[in-house]
Amino acid sequence: MANDPIQQFQIVEIFSFGEIGGMEFAMTNSSVFMIAAVAVISGFLMGATRGRTLVPTRAQSVAELLYSFIANTVRSTTGTEGMKFFPFIFTLFLFVLTCNLLGMFPYFFTVTSHLVVTFALAMAVMTMVLVVGFARHGVRFLELFVPHGVPKPILPFITLIEVISFLSRPISLSLRLFGNMLAGHIVLKVFAGFVVTMGAAGVVGAVGGVLPFAMTVILTAFEFLIAGLQAFVFTVLTCVYLNDALHPHH
Amino acid sequence: MAETTQTAGEAAQAAAESGSAFPPFDASTFPSQLLWLAITFGLLYYLMSRFIAPRIGGIIEDRRDRVANDLAEAERLKTETDEAIAAYEQALAEAKAKAHGIAQDTRDKINADLEAKRAEVDAELAEKTQAAEARIDEVRAAAMAEVGTIAGDAAEAVVTKIIGSAKRADIDKAVSTALDGR
Repeated sequence: MANDPIQQFQIVEIFSFGEIGGMEFAMTNSSVFMIAAVAVISGFLMGATRGRTLVPTRAQSVAELLYSFIANTVRSTTGTEGMKFFPFIFTLFLFVLTCNLLGMFPYFFTVTSHLVVTFALAMAVMTMVLVVGFARHGVRFLELFVPHGVPKPILPFITLIEVISFLSRPISLSLRLFGNMLAGHIVLKVFAGFVVTMGAAGVVGAVGGVLPFAMTVILTAFEFLIAGLQAFVFTVLTCVYLNDALHPHH
Repeated sequence: MAETTQTAGEAAQAAAESGSAFPPFDASTFPSQLLWLAITFGLLYYLMSRFIAPRIGGIIEDRRDRVANDLAEAERLKTETDEAIAAYEQALAEAKAKAHGIAQDTRDKINADLEAKRAEVDAELAEKTQAAEARIDEVRAAAMAEVGTIAGDAAEAVVTKIIGSAKRADIDKAVSTALDGR
């Protein structure tokens, strides 16, 4: 039933590859939209830059703008050393952004509305941070948890707080994106559902249905903002965490 | 109210079908999602790091280089132009000075020439004047010399008319005295 606000998050199996070790691997609607996101991103960016023109075409300027935007974010947050990780961060940003925006199409599935996906992305970021941190600084990377200039008596507590804060990063990073996408789509669906419900309730209801309809319009615009903003927040926080790995002495 | 219960009922039904109340927490879908996320994200990362990012970065860098080159070229051309202008101005100043010199020389030469000619004419005139004056003096002297004789002749004629005879020597003496006394 279209009126169920949760139904849009349902994973629908298209065909199964079978079970491996008790886990079922299948082609699902989620997979389709992940593939679609990759196709849209690479198709657009490759197509837009095919001309490699000195004076960019419209599409090429969009591609260049996206590139410069993330490149500037990475450079200003992590310094020039961070530019080594630019392809990863750019991929992350575009993947999250495109999945968020694809989810704005009616009947389209929102890949980022599933915690397992956002958590996997967050864990990929944290793994990268840990690997880079230990690879560049070795054990001294742990100094990240021991801030300078803190009085000796409270240093253990501060260190404990720093460790907890570090460990909660993947959770907050993934929950923020997941929660925003999930809640936004539910609210949108609920208000859109009101329009149908009230329309079915006769003339008075149909007139009153204008209110939730207006709300749906406003929320749709708001959701587009959220889609872009959350992708950017995810990217900026990734840069901030990466900066910790590159320069742990703060 | 009826709608709500129906909705809730169908949600429960959908949940029952998938084996969990809430799709995002349905662990049975996790392996597929993680697998496809790894595949698609990995593929996108590969495309990004191998093709897309280098290409866009290259385009932007090419443009920056081109702009920098063009600016440098413009700077070079500007310097060249400035040099050419300076050289031109110098040549112009030199030419002006030269022209001034030539004009001055010509003027000096003409002046000298004029001066020489004028001196020549002056000398000639002075010479002529001198000759004329000499001639005048000569004539006057001659005239003055005649004056006594003429006066004597006139006096002799007058005296002869009055007294019938005259002594030429006395008359000349008287005339000479009168002339001297004047």
